[in-house]
Amino acid sequence: MAIKKLAILTVLLLLFFSCLRAQVKPNKPIVHHRKSGSPMARGKIVYNKICLACHMADGGGVPTMNPPLINTEYVLGDKTRLIKIVLNGFKEDVQINGQSFANNMTPHSDLKDRQIADVLTYVRRSFGNKASRVTALEVKRVRAANKK
Amino acid sequence: MKKLFMLLLPVLGLLGLIIFNACKNPDDKTANVANAGLTIPAGFSAVAVAEHLGSPRHIVVTPEGNVYVHLAGTKSGKGILVFHDDGDKLTLKSSFATFGGTGIAIKNGYLYASNNTEVYRFKLNDKNEVVNPNQPEKIVTGLLSRRMHEPKAIALDNDGNIYVNIGAYSNICSDYDPKAKGCPILDSAAGIWQFKVDKLNQSYGQGVHYAWGLRNAVGLAWNQQDNQLFVMQHGRDALHDLFPNLYSVHQSAELPSECMFALKKGDNAGWPYVYYDWMQHKNMLGPEYGGDGKKPADPKYLNPVAAYPGHYAPDGLLFYTGNQFSEKYKNGAFIAFHGSWNRAPEPQAGYCVVFQPFKDGKPDGKWEVFADGFAGPDKSPNGALHRPCGLAQGPDGSLYVTDDQRGTIYKITYKK
Repeated sequence: MAIKKLAILTVLLLLFFSCLRAQVKPNKPIVHHRKSGSPMARGKIVYNKICLACHMADGGGVPTMNPPLINTEYVLGDKTRLIKIVLNGFKEDVQINGQSFANNMTPHSDLKDRQIADVLTYVRRSFGNKASRVTALEVKRVRAANKK
Repeated sequence: MKKLFMLLLPVLGLLGLIIFNACKNPDDKTANVANAGLTIPAGFSAVAVAEHLGSPRHIVVTPEGNVYVHLAGTKSGKGILVFHDDGDKLTLKSSFATFGGTGIAIKNGYLYASNNTEVYRFKLNDKNEVVNPNQPEKIVTGLLSRRMHEPKAIALDNDGNIYVNIGAYSNICSDYDPKAKGCPILDSAAGIWQFKVDKLNQSYGQGVHYAWGLRNAVGLAWNQQDNQLFVMQHGRDALHDLFPNLYSVHQSAELPSECMFALKKGDNAGWPYVYYDWMQHKNMLGPEYGGDGKKPADPKYLNPVAAYPGHYAPDGLLFYTGNQFSEKYKNGAFIAFHGSWNRAPEPQAGYCVVFQPFKDGKPDGKWEVFADGFAGPDKSPNGALHRPCGLAQGPDGSLYVTDDQRGTIYKITYKK
């Protein structure tokens, strides 16, 4: 019995450490640019790697710190403004659904046009949100205008 | 069998550590709804003595059993609530102060309270009641407050000085220091400033830049045993998000430590250049400044006197000097951990009150979870029912804990 328990523990721990190892491979981009799969599926991968830590798995954000992505004009409204937030980050003092949020968002201009399109499509159509898709072409145009 | 056991010893040790750090100690604790849903050590009991107060932050209790609670915002235009403790409940007596905020303290006939840019003091009578609630003296003004880490926590010494935390208005200064040439906000934020308790309208020019390189310290307390300021620092965020090739998701959840510092004038705790790794037990060079998770920091930076797992968010610090709790608690520290938000996708943690044993004015031995269960079933910033924030000691030695999520005040007592 004890041996069995120990064996299970060992396996669990080995798994645990192999996960750690897998995650710290040096010089490898963390978010691959995937072309296969639906925009929603690809967007979810980007979301989980880049956005989830602050905006949470359910898009609910963190009260007073990181804004929610649910039912807000910032997500559902003007796509250009939304794309610019991803490209440039965000550090304005604004109220979102009546609350203000303390944390700044870092720019994510290193993401490819398609990745930004995918993740914004995912965000605009998840967590109860129902808004139109964002295309890579739209991101490309905003990025070009953004540089001027 | 013995061989197998020996082989597995380090593994078991690590597992123990992991379990230990889950902020749970199932042994010798009793879960009990009668204890207001808290899990506390045997012999203690907890009561929710007030509820639905809004967002109570720090708290102070007078020898007469009156309780001053500072709200984050104002309620009906008032930022400080005054209660009398009637044993198992607090009875609201009055409210005053036109400002919400975090810091509140009583010393030598004055009540001190801060908002995000100023510190005021209110004269008290011989029963520790505020004499003129509408006319406080503004002793500190013009402190920086730029959305992030705004609360100005306070503590007082025995020599007429007040210490004020001015948190860094960024995670790791990279916004302001893109070339990593030296963080330009350190002259006016990310530190502790010392002001005189009895001078009006002091600002940076009149204060003393007492300690440097502290990202944000909300739990501040003066230790009477060695006459020294202790602070709890909120460590940096996003090691993995910003440096995915250097830090795993798991490392980013556990690191860096939340640190307890014992401060002397001129100390520099090293933010943003340095973070403390509680697993390697050393100050590390931050990745923004050439670190890689292995390079130690310049030894000129102050080491913490105790370290806790990452992102627990220490918001309250209290040295217990009462006689009600058993001897081991005497002169030790209680720490209110507000609970993490940035351990995702790993489970969030904290949301508990920790006890740190002390001996001769220094941490001595391992910390332990003293009170848990504030959050309820969902330890997450959105799902938590309650989040510990402020701590105070009553005249009979009872411990008070505020919850700024749903406005509960807990009173924890020891039954002999």
